[in-house]
Formats: sequence, C-alpha cells, structure tokens
Amino acid sequence: MTAIKLAYRNLIGAGLRTWLNVIVLSFSFVMIIWMKGMLDGWDRQARIDSIEWETGGGQYWHENYDPYDPFTFEDSHAPLTPEQENLWQKGKLVPVLITRGTIYPGGRMQNIVIKGIDVNQKLLSIPTARLDTSVYGIPAVVGSNMAQNSRLKKGDRVVVRWRDANGTFDADEVVITGIFNTTVPSIDAGQIWIPLKDLQRMTLLENEATLLVRDNTEAPMPAFAGWKFMEQDELLKDIETIIKSKTAGTSVFYMILLLLALLVIFDTQVLSVFRRQKEIGTYVAMGMTKKEVVTLFTVEGGMHAVLAVVVGAVYGIPLFIQQSTQGISFGLSGQDIGITMAETLYPLYSMELVISTIFIIVVATTFVSFIPARKISGMNPTEAIKGKIQ
Amino acid sequence: MTNNENQAIIALEHVVKRFPSGKTWFTALKDINLTLGRGEFAGLVGPSGSGKTTLLNLVGSLDSASEGRVDVLGMDVGKMNAKKSATLRKKHLGFIFQTYNLMPVYTVYENVEFPLLLLKEKAGKRRKAVMEALEWLGIESKAKSKPARLSGGECQRVAIARAMVKKPEIVLADEPTANLDAENSHHILQTMEQLNRELGTTFLFATHDEKVIKYLKRKIRLFDGKVAADEIIQS
Repeated sequence: MTAIKLAYRNLIGAGLRTWLNVIVLSFSFVMIIWMKGMLDGWDRQARIDSIEWETGGGQYWHENYDPYDPFTFEDSHAPLTPEQENLWQKGKLVPVLITRGTIYPGGRMQNIVIKGIDVNQKLLSIPTARLDTSVYGIPAVVGSNMAQNSRLKKGDRVVVRWRDANGTFDADEVVITGIFNTTVPSIDAGQIWIPLKDLQRMTLLENEATLLVRDNTEAPMPAFAGWKFMEQDELLKDIETIIKSKTAGTSVFYMILLLLALLVIFDTQVLSVFRRQKEIGTYVAMGMTKKEVVTLFTVEGGMHAVLAVVVGAVYGIPLFIQQSTQGISFGLSGQDIGITMAETLYPLYSMELVISTIFIIVVATTFVSFIPARKISGMNPTEAIKGKIQ
Repeated sequence: MTNNENQAIIALEHVVKRFPSGKTWFTALKDINLTLGRGEFAGLVGPSGSGKTTLLNLVGSLDSASEGRVDVLGMDVGKMNAKKSATLRKKHLGFIFQTYNLMPVYTVYENVEFPLLLLKEKAGKRRKAVMEALEWLGIESKAKSKPARLSGGECQRVAIARAMVKKPEIVLADEPTANLDAENSHHILQTMEQLNRELGTTFLFATHDEKVIKYLKRKIRLFDGKVAADEIIQS
C-alpha cells in the first residue's frame, strides 16, 4: 500500500514526463481495443449475416455435393423423403436445388449457378417473396454484385441455358423480379435464385434438392440417409479462418504499438534508476530495504499503465460508444473484396476484450519496469546517497 | 555527562573497515573503540579521508564493519539482516546529508511526511507531526513549495525536519553545513542544539567545518582511520 501511495506521489510529482508516457501508453490501449473491437464486430456481423442469409442453423448436404466443385452438382441431388417434406412444410427445413447454367446478358455469355428455393420460405433473408409473382418467363432474384457484374436491373429479361437430368440442354427466359443487397458474397456472386418448383421442372428433378437448410434453433433434428449434416460452425469456418488471419495480421500492428509504448516505459525506468541514485540511497537511509525500493520503482512503472487506463478511458469510452452505435464506414463492402463484410462495421467492445487488454498491458508494463529496477538491488547505498554513478 | 547520557546508545568495539582498492585493500577505519550516550551532541571531526563518513555509515547500518562490533540501541548491527537494519533506520535513526537529499518531486510537506509514511502512521497523526516539525524549523510557510524553489538554508531545514519528524533516538548528520553560508550554518546548528536539548535526541556529526565544531559538546578527532582524540567540552 505504501509503495502504491509513494509511486503515485512520485508519478504525479514528475509531471510532464509522466503524462507523456501515460498518453503514449493510453494511445496503445485505445488502438488495441479499437482494432480488436472492430475485428470482433466484423466477426459477429459476418456470423449473423451468414446465418441469416445462407447457413441457417446448419445444412444437410447431399452426400455428393461439394460447393467448391460445380461438376458435382449434376450428381448431388435426391428426392425429398416424406419426413423432410414434413419438416419443410413446418418451416424447419428449406430445400435448395443447385445446378450449373449460363446466361446471356447483352449478348455476353456468363457461366452461373442456378439455385432453386421455396418462394414461401422465411428461414433465410433472401427475398424469395419477390419470386412469387406472375410474369412471362421464370422469375429470378439476384444479388446486387451479380446485377452489377452482369449489368442486370429489375425487370430485365435474360436468356438462361441449363442441362436437365438427362444431360439435354434447354433454355428459357428469366425475368429479374428483384435485386437484393447482402453482405454475404457466397449467395450473390455468379448465381441467380429462382423458384424451386421451376428449377425442379426445368431439370426434370421433381421433388429433389441438393441441400436442406435447417432452422437456427437447438431443436434436435433427425439424420437422413444419403445426406450429411454440416454443423453451423463448420459452415462458418471459412469466415473464421479469414478473420483469424486478419487478427494475426493486425496483432503484428498492435504488438508494434505496444512494444513502442513499452520501450518508452523501459527507457524512462532506465533513466530513472540512473538519475535517481541519490533518491534511491535516501530511500534506503530512511528505512526502506533495497527490495522495497525495487518494488517502488516497479510499481511506479506499472502505474503508468493504470494511469493510461484512466486517460484512455477519458477519450476512448466516448469514441467506442460513438463507433459501436454509429458504426464505421470504410466505403467498400464485402462484395468488393469477396468476403462477408458490411459497408458499415459496428465494432464489438466486450468487457472480456477490455479487461484482457488492460491486464496484458499492465502486466507487460510492470515487467518492463521491473527489469531496470532490479539494478537497484546491486547498488551500494552509501555511494548512491552521494549520487555517485554505479 | 548526565545520567541520561551514561546510557550507551552507540558502542563500537575494535571496529575495522576495509575497502577494496584495485588488487589490494584500503583500511578506512582501524580498531575504533567508541561509546556514545543518550542525548549527546557529538561530532566526528577530522580532515577528508580520515574515516568520518565511513564511521557514520556503520552506525547508520548503511554499511557493515570488516571486523569488530557496532552496537546501536543495544543491537549488533553487523548481525542484522537487511530487513532488520532497515527497520532500525526507519524507526530509530534520522539522517541529514550535506546535499540535503530531498525528493525533488515532493513538496516540502511531502518530504517531511515521508518517514512517517514508511512508519505507516495514520493521516491525522502525520499531519500533526509534520506541521509541528515545520514549525520547529520555521518553514511552515514553505510547506507547499518544491525543493527547487528553496534556498540552501531552507533545504537543510527541510532535511532536518524530515530527520526529526519521527522523533528518532539518534540523528546522524554528514557535513550538514558544508553547502551553507555562515549565517545559515549558525541558524541550523542552533536549531539542532535546541532539538537536542528539548527532545533529548542524540546527534552525531561528521564534519570538518569549524562552525559546527564550535557547537559540539564532544569532539571525536579522527585521523588516518583512528581515534586521535576524544574531547568532552564543558559548557
């Protein structure tokens, strides 16, 4: 307690030198929390959006289905069992049929993936209600990225060609009845969404599906022969891998920041031990043991981090509140860079993040303060009192 | 000596202190035998290099003797571990240095309060004791000033107040007037003499300053690491 009291008194007494160190350290604090908060916010948003738009509570994949190999699409479909149909009617499953196709917007040829989905489904955020319309041709909705790349707009008609179950090519006209904005590029780029019934009819795969999206609940679901269940976490693995790699990259940046701040503290401590020898000798003469003086200097160094928390809180908390409510706009979306990311990110500053960052910085600062302070224990107090350099 | 002074508060028996000097050893103190009673106002006098400060450091348990025994308040300081000797200094000894050794970032008040903080005295008791010490030394108006804003005389008064605030049994003063002019030196010495008289504190100086020597009631002359003379001045 005495060491804390004296350390506080020494730091406040040192004035500008202390505040410069504290401001540098607080900047590191705020930057680290800000950057980690942004990644956590991105992670949360990407997970929520992916669940709402694509993965649901997990998916049953036909055993031959491989989303990364379009050639498997032809063989990866099966009729729905009565049990599956029952769950579909209850809104607990949404069947999706997938096939390869080609569109010819403006006379250009573009390979796409055609996905058939129940127009009445409510499980995913894809605006399938816009498919439930009466038009001449096949109604289709596309994502804004697909619309932009193919120069399609609402009301446009475009020829689509596909192969049916027998391998026969066929073609028809689709009408773009809706364009949706999503942060999930994997349901947007290079694909069109049409009514499931239409696609089943077109491909001669009546009552068949490639995958079944389940609802996002914990309710138990049966296993289906010939279908493999992909857990939600498994489906979100790609996002997490991307965010982890971003986190690793960002960690390098904030490690540099932290090291710079710690270097400032280390330098200050080295200088203190060197310059304050007379003071150190006086502490010993007044009745402190060398160990207590080492503790005092270490606490002094560590207390920079405590003051930095206070200073950082003064400007950091309003900044974090503003950003977590207003969000941060980077002027580009996930569609532009091909990963699930909203145009406006809402950072997530959890207590766990704040406390762990504070803990790491306080411990690191205290440690780098201790290293030069250890030198005190080797000092001769009778020489130190006179300020003789040792 | 009074009866009170007859109680040995500092006793040195055959004390030798050697320092390494290159490949050989330099003997700073040679077979010192000395006893000081409670309430004495004594000084170690002698030229530079005679061993005054070395002897003061041994009594202050800041250093240990190479041979012999140093007893302070009946305790053999040579046998004390670091914690015990720190406790001895904290509770019973006050130090006054030639260069004042005030904490530059503390105010006068905080400097004087410092020994009481180490003793973990309560805030109220600390405040009372500090103000009393500042009043003794006539520097209460400087309580909020930092040492950099004080004159040399004022700094030394603060140092004395700091040494005296815990009312120690012994005050060890190493060349306390070396950086002061004549007027300030006399003022400081009068103050210390008064504290010695009123509080019964034992003062042991290390000095070669004639101004100090005139005030001493006992002069222990050191020469070449030995006690050359031990003279009690009758007032």
